[in-house]
Amino acid sequence: MSASGAFAQIFATLIGVALAPLLTGWLNQCRAWLQNRAAPPLMQPYRMLHKLFHKDVVLAHNASPLFRFAPYAVFGCMLLATAIIPSLSTDLPLSPAADALALVGVFGLARVFISLAAMDVGTAFGTLGGRREMLIGFLAEPALLIVIFTMALIAKSTSVTTIVETLAHHELVIYPSIAFAGIAFTMVSFAENARVPVDNPATHLELTMIHEAMILEYSGRHLALIEWAASLKLYAYSCLGIALFFPWGIAERDNLFALLAALPLLVMKLALGGACVALIETINAKMRIFRAPEFLGTAFLLAVLGMLVNLLLEARA
Amino acid sequence: MSMLMAYSAQLINLCAAVILLLAFAMLAQRRVIHLIDLFALQGFALFVSTLLVAWKIGQSHLYYSAALTLVLKVWLLPWILHRLVRKLEIKSEVEALINIPTTTLVGIVLVVIAFNVATPISEMSSSVARGMLGIALATVLLAFLMMITRRKAITQVVGFLAMENGLFLAATSATYGMPMVVELGIALDVLIGVIILGVFFFQIRDQFDSLDIHHLEKLKEH
Repeated sequence: MSASGAFAQIFATLIGVALAPLLTGWLNQCRAWLQNRAAPPLMQPYRMLHKLFHKDVVLAHNASPLFRFAPYAVFGCMLLATAIIPSLSTDLPLSPAADALALVGVFGLARVFISLAAMDVGTAFGTLGGRREMLIGFLAEPALLIVIFTMALIAKSTSVTTIVETLAHHELVIYPSIAFAGIAFTMVSFAENARVPVDNPATHLELTMIHEAMILEYSGRHLALIEWAASLKLYAYSCLGIALFFPWGIAERDNLFALLAALPLLVMKLALGGACVALIETINAKMRIFRAPEFLGTAFLLAVLGMLVNLLLEARA
Repeated sequence: MSMLMAYSAQLINLCAAVILLLAFAMLAQRRVIHLIDLFALQGFALFVSTLLVAWKIGQSHLYYSAALTLVLKVWLLPWILHRLVRKLEIKSEVEALINIPTTTLVGIVLVVIAFNVATPISEMSSSVARGMLGIALATVLLAFLMMITRRKAITQVVGFLAMENGLFLAATSATYGMPMVVELGIALDVLIGVIILGVFFFQIRDQFDSLDIHHLEKLKEH
């Protein structure tokens, strides 16, 4: 492990942890603009975290240790995911710890913890939210895995950093499979991050909420950690999307200057991506929960088509 | 221009992928009007891919079949179908025998089968677009599936037309198109077929007050 690698790793992770709430704030701001509302300030998520960290924790009487442990576990999973995904540099000493498939597992682990914690106190909303989250998760995961298989087939490796390096250096070739995989990935990340066609992050209506229903019982620093982890998850998914489908400009081995140059580029890509997400959220209505399987089924279909097209049309190219 | 030439093989592949995607979109579509629009779009993708193949290998008769595709499948047939839908006052959604997510999953299985069957054949072929044979076969099978799983006569006709799209794609990709006489004959057949089926629609509706072909099973001499 080189010194520059260690520096790139720590730098990228810290930037991720610091930038994640900003991305959420930017997204909320764009949404508000598009919907003709007065926008909350960009720094609102930081203020929220600050406020929550200074509040006392209120625990239910029958809360088990799992309930108190879950926010830390979820935050840890998201931190690991942020560290593995090459957002600024592909020279990451941590990346051999988990390839793209294990990354899906890390997201899955966080989901299991938060759902168990939601069911732990035994309120109706928590159980309902946890079950809905598992429904969405078990449909989204295969689609995400197949997207990753497609990219792995093109790059001949399941390591995220190798995939990014291969794609960034590829001569310009039109891959229909990457287009399919990209659309499927976008759909999956909307579902996974509780965004509008599947879940509304701003709602507290009992019939529709998924993510919010799970965290109703949390307060104080636990809630702060969960909110931060949600921001980190959005950031991690955005960075994964950027790394897989727009990998240009990500720094490589032993190049500190490129690392610094990659930062403004990443911020620019994230700002653009956030604006696009806000636009998609604004022009779509939230669908009924029973339509979510169909939505994710379409994502799965697109991902499988991408892989099949890759095998048939591009294998010999 | 030369850069476009270099990319034309990839563009042909892209068109083929789009045609396959549209075949799935048609399978998942709930509204009759949108179904016809998707069929027109598929025809347009077919037109572009035929044009590219023609340009790449420099065979003039493929230009004629591309033009025929444009006139017939992008403009005339969708226009006739739209008119039929308006005249028959079909507003309801497409009724499927199996629910739509299941149909698309069956569709994936069909695509896998088609690709497996086509791979050894396309290895013998030397044309620029040999990879497309699998996609053409998959399009034909998906159109079959659409015909089997739909109740209404008009969606079955769209399925039949989509099948013809697949066959046309297969002909272009494997053998650089059929002879002009055959192609003209098929085009005329399809056109006449749609017109005759249009007349049938009116007859079926007059007889049963519905376009559900389920009623045809109960036909009896009185």
